[in-house]
Amino acid sequence: MTTSGTSYAEVMARRQDIMKSAVGIDYEKFETGAIAFDYEGMMDEVGYTLEEIHGIQEETSVGRTPLVEVRNITELVRRISAPGKGARILVKDESANPSGSFKDRRASVSVYCAKKKGYPGVIAATSGNYGAAVASQAAKRGVECIIVQETYDSRGLGQPEIIEKGRACEAYGAEVHQLTVGPELFYVFLRLLDETGFFNASLYTPFSIAGIETLGYEVGTETLRATGRYPDAVIVTHAGGGNVTGTARGLRKAGCRHTQVIAASVDLSGLHMASDTDFNRKSFTTGHTGFGIPFATWPDRADVPRNAARPLRYMDRYVTMTQGEVFYVTEMLAKLEGMERGPAGNTSLAAAIAIAREMDRDQVVVVQETEYTGAGKHPYAQLAFAREMGVEVRRGDPHDNLPGRRIVIPEHPSQIHAKEVPLADIRRSYIRNAMSHAKARKLSTEDVRFLAEDTNSTVAFVEGTIRDLEGGEGPA
Amino acid sequence: MAKVVDRSASENTTRVPAGEYVQIHSVVLKPGERAPQVPEDTQKVPLELRLKGYLDHDAHIGEEVTITTVLGRKARGRLVAVNPPYPHNFARPVPELLHIGEELWRLLGARDDRDGREGDQA
Repeated sequence: MTTSGTSYAEVMARRQDIMKSAVGIDYEKFETGAIAFDYEGMMDEVGYTLEEIHGIQEETSVGRTPLVEVRNITELVRRISAPGKGARILVKDESANPSGSFKDRRASVSVYCAKKKGYPGVIAATSGNYGAAVASQAAKRGVECIIVQETYDSRGLGQPEIIEKGRACEAYGAEVHQLTVGPELFYVFLRLLDETGFFNASLYTPFSIAGIETLGYEVGTETLRATGRYPDAVIVTHAGGGNVTGTARGLRKAGCRHTQVIAASVDLSGLHMASDTDFNRKSFTTGHTGFGIPFATWPDRADVPRNAARPLRYMDRYVTMTQGEVFYVTEMLAKLEGMERGPAGNTSLAAAIAIAREMDRDQVVVVQETEYTGAGKHPYAQLAFAREMGVEVRRGDPHDNLPGRRIVIPEHPSQIHAKEVPLADIRRSYIRNAMSHAKARKLSTEDVRFLAEDTNSTVAFVEGTIRDLEGGEGPA
Repeated sequence: MAKVVDRSASENTTRVPAGEYVQIHSVVLKPGERAPQVPEDTQKVPLELRLKGYLDHDAHIGEEVTITTVLGRKARGRLVAVNPPYPHNFARPVPELLHIGEELWRLLGARDDRDGREGDQA
């Protein structure tokens, strides 16, 4: 398949062509401006209705997971809330999917497409549950699978959670390329796509996002059935943006007009995602701000030319949780509800506990995912490893949690607090990134309209922000 | 400790027969070749790759070899391990998490109250 050189510079120079032939979507035809593109047109490219996606997912036993009311946790929240406060908390138990997470929904459509379009195999670049999901779906459909994982630091050490995810990929028959830290993983990934002619089962194609819409749809319809009302709020663990995007789109398709979509990430501020020394001090492998903030402020940094995950369009609110709070809540879920899940996937549950306290008792908040727990993928393993890496672990006030230095496990559930990320700041960052991406090209009216849509703001807000950033000069 | 590669294995002089399930190691980018946006600490180290497959020919640990992966593809690298174990586990229970269950049940009024029994638990 290789048509020319394989050096870093040569492969990176050909990345648009490689990506295009590896997903079979001509992204250029959706471009409408310096920044603007026809997002919904691209989503239609998938060519499957929600019902068809349900069908594809049913073939490989994905979805239709249980919606569990966590009654003891709801009761606990009410005990620590003001009178009349403490919403009912429900959890969509996505760990019931074949490989143990909601990622099966994303993988299912990609692998189906790859097979239908005649690709000999699939490749995904991921250190998360998505690798296991792609490998599992590929096994079900008899398609070959390669996973590229950022696994180790320069000493050959890896977080137990990542080692487990690599093991799971191998268990499902994938060829697993395990790399040390660095964004050049993308280069290895492109070279493999070029070499094999496999399909890019990217997390960020329209196929992947469409696969998550069924989750939002199920959350909407099943909550209505179980409680007599649509969810008042749905909390989504946010990393690359697909979970927020697909879930929100599915909720809308289920008729949820007034459901608040709240994104939640583990706060890893201060740690550099490409740093060899910070790599093993994160204690989380996903669901964190290291992905959450960059992907919200510039989604088109992904392994496809245009990212179908555009979380700013859909999030009504964005909060962060501390590492200690998420481990605490993971333990709570095991002890009060008899469910060992997570840990990373419980970020949204931690947020739900804080947010349910603000809500009325007759309201309903849904945590839209769980993930499987296993060796390595467990608070004990992750915290023991953190300690070996020199991170302090202690009980106390979660405000004292300091990513990479100190993990503070709360002493009382009332200490769980959802920290607001001001969306106006995220929107401004997005617009600044868009302007720098457009370089010398002037933004058109179409670009401004697109930016308003993509940041879920208004034309006036975008124009005002552009004026501020340009020092008084407006768009053409 | 989730350490995967036993570097002392390079001193191993045992011959590894063809067909064994092994792990190889290679350097993808040397320290001077790293991407410009990579932070300083990462610039100083190579980008390394580890991959498993079946050894194509008899070899010693530390030698350059070729393997056939589970997908039947060929790959080249330095032989670093023979069928390495998965090093991860559940580790020891973490003392800071041990009492959370009791604490939360106490806040809920303890389990025995719900059973209608007067508790012997606090």
